[in-house]
Amino acid sequence: MARIPTWVPRDDGQWLHAAKDYASTRFSSLDQIDARNAANLRLAFSFSTGVSKGHEAAPLVVGSTMYIVTPYPNYLYALRLEKSAATVKWTYKPNPDPAAQGVACCDVVNRGAAYADGKIVFNTLDGQTIALNADDGKEIWKTRTGDIRHGESITMAPLVVDGKVLVGNSGAKFGVRGKLTALELANGKVAWTAWSTGPDRDVLLGSRFHPFYAADRGRDLGVTSWPPDAWKIGGGTVWGWISYDPALNLVYYGTSAAAPWNADQRPGDNKWTAAIFARDPRSGEAIWAYQSNPHGLFDYGGVNENVLVDLPWNGAFRQVLLHADRNGYVYVVDRATGEVLSAKPFTRVTTSTGVDTNTGRPREVSEKRPEIERTVRDICPASAGGKDWQPSAFSPRTGLLYIPENNLCEDAEALEANYIEGTPYLGANIKMYAGAGGHRGALDAWDPVAGASVWSRKEKFPAGSGALVTAGDLVFYGTLDGWFKAVDARSGNLVWQFQAASGIVGQPITYRGPDGKQYVAVLSGVGGWAGLTVSGDVDPQDGTAAWGFAYATKDLPQATRKGGMLYVFSLP
Amino acid sequence: MCSPFRSLSRLRDVLLLGGVLLAVGPGCQRSSRTLLETAPMSAKAERDRPARNPYEDNAYAMTEGQRLYEWYNCSGCHARGGGGIGPPLMAKTWRYGKEPGGIYTSIVEGRPNGMPSWRGKMPEYQVWQIVTYVQTLDADRSIASPPGPREEHMQAGEGASSR
Repeated sequence: MARIPTWVPRDDGQWLHAAKDYASTRFSSLDQIDARNAANLRLAFSFSTGVSKGHEAAPLVVGSTMYIVTPYPNYLYALRLEKSAATVKWTYKPNPDPAAQGVACCDVVNRGAAYADGKIVFNTLDGQTIALNADDGKEIWKTRTGDIRHGESITMAPLVVDGKVLVGNSGAKFGVRGKLTALELANGKVAWTAWSTGPDRDVLLGSRFHPFYAADRGRDLGVTSWPPDAWKIGGGTVWGWISYDPALNLVYYGTSAAAPWNADQRPGDNKWTAAIFARDPRSGEAIWAYQSNPHGLFDYGGVNENVLVDLPWNGAFRQVLLHADRNGYVYVVDRATGEVLSAKPFTRVTTSTGVDTNTGRPREVSEKRPEIERTVRDICPASAGGKDWQPSAFSPRTGLLYIPENNLCEDAEALEANYIEGTPYLGANIKMYAGAGGHRGALDAWDPVAGASVWSRKEKFPAGSGALVTAGDLVFYGTLDGWFKAVDARSGNLVWQFQAASGIVGQPITYRGPDGKQYVAVLSGVGGWAGLTVSGDVDPQDGTAAWGFAYATKDLPQATRKGGMLYVFSLP
Repeated sequence: MCSPFRSLSRLRDVLLLGGVLLAVGPGCQRSSRTLLETAPMSAKAERDRPARNPYEDNAYAMTEGQRLYEWYNCSGCHARGGGGIGPPLMAKTWRYGKEPGGIYTSIVEGRPNGMPSWRGKMPEYQVWQIVTYVQTLDADRSIASPPGPREEHMQAGEGASSR
């Protein structure tokens, strides 16, 4: 059975950054709430955020304070946790540029803040990173790394590693060139910038770079695997998750799909889009990189979370990362070397017939290749991925990875894309719909050793929230139509559920309150790409609205409404 | 395969140069053509712009407007009327009203919540052609639409569903 690396510290009952720990397990050792008593869970308190867009963030708990960052306009609330209540300690309003809303592809979301060294650090949609004094909310520093005029925004949750704040950009659908920037936690100064495309000196590929696969070796591949200059507007943005192995001293993160969507306009492998990087956080130098979707055809970016575990493999434990990619495979990758040990489908995949572990490349199905003047049908998974950004959780007690999934396929047609700075750079007509079985989502319990699903719970709508798993052997997750659920981590049986006022696309957390009790918290507030039919009033009569996702959630407006709300639950 | 540098060409620069033929490689769907037929609008032209759409209900302007709506990436945000990043144009109510002069202003000046300003990036007649097309997306209007969009196969309906 896979296990959590020994360097993950003992659980202190707090929740200091979105993924709980550097291994990104989203596992809590709190066990007061378990499968026997969870039916008694009741609402302890709630809090309206006053914002009606998609709430994708994880709340943080530091001592007896909870911190919430909202979607644009990115309010940061500090809530004093008291018995069965929360009162506002302070609020910080960064006043981001409203024009940033016009370059946010998939709703004006924010995926959370991070706490380190007395500071709360978060990003704003208009490209700023802000560090606040966690006690009083006073601004300590503010650094801008993104420029909305180029279509660049920031939606990701930063991660603080070794005194540096790691921040990635968004906007691949605007032809933004991806990058990860390290800011000094002390003063916000830029320590290094690692671009996802371009010459080796920009991508920080030097003498320590040793990719596992032959196709990833060579000089300036971030230039030569593109048509001339196309890498400058080629995507590879860094809007997902970052993990960190302090023993190997490596950070791991994925890059988004290439721009434009229409792959015929960018012949070549388009490095280093749709790839996973391992970097030394001190210098930013890359140690290895692995491209899961070279010359991506379906917008399958590589930004999904990398969960760091130690996994038995051929009689010995290997240090691996688990990566459920948008392309429908769960990758098990040796996190020291970048070698793919296995890649098994967790959903129905029609775009490839497997992953060749000798080359690391998917075996593509040529008839699914989108073309101009030809509509290709039954592309599975859809461009939103077999799973999108919504993070999975890993329990060392069951050895299972709990994956919130989309079950969507699409019809696609390529179009000629024009690059006009600050506007979408796409070249695709997309229409998504339910995949095999007719359900649009699932929560899957995945055994990474066997490379197989142990149980799966179907959901009517795409499973748009993150997952949380606890030592009480409960998995918590939310649905687009507003159900917050606790299921038995071993059987998948539903133990408890609560109907929230708005759909859930956030990340549940659990913590030990000042009164010693275990609480479970989640933000509701439907939105994101999956929820634009509600949060953006997008009209699904147009099958291509919201880049094809609206069609797949056309009945969502009948199921839920807008509105950001924090819900916190406990036992009586 | 399309010539890579074409996709890189900043439309704005091309337009400002005036009359430049966009080089299109073999296999690209759009043929070479002269883009600019009149000068970009001047401040005066804009002050004097008619409150009424000079092309209202003109079929040629509508089809041209539809083509330009794609060309200038309007569809990237508003889709074929259903919206996405930008609000749906099929909606009953529009944030800045349905007057043609107001639509014109939205395109030329931009709007604070993300609609970019196209001032100097397209000639005035093209703005009006786009206005003409956008007016046909309005759910409240019952006028003739431009010839059926190529994307009919992407419209909502039964057909594709779970397999």
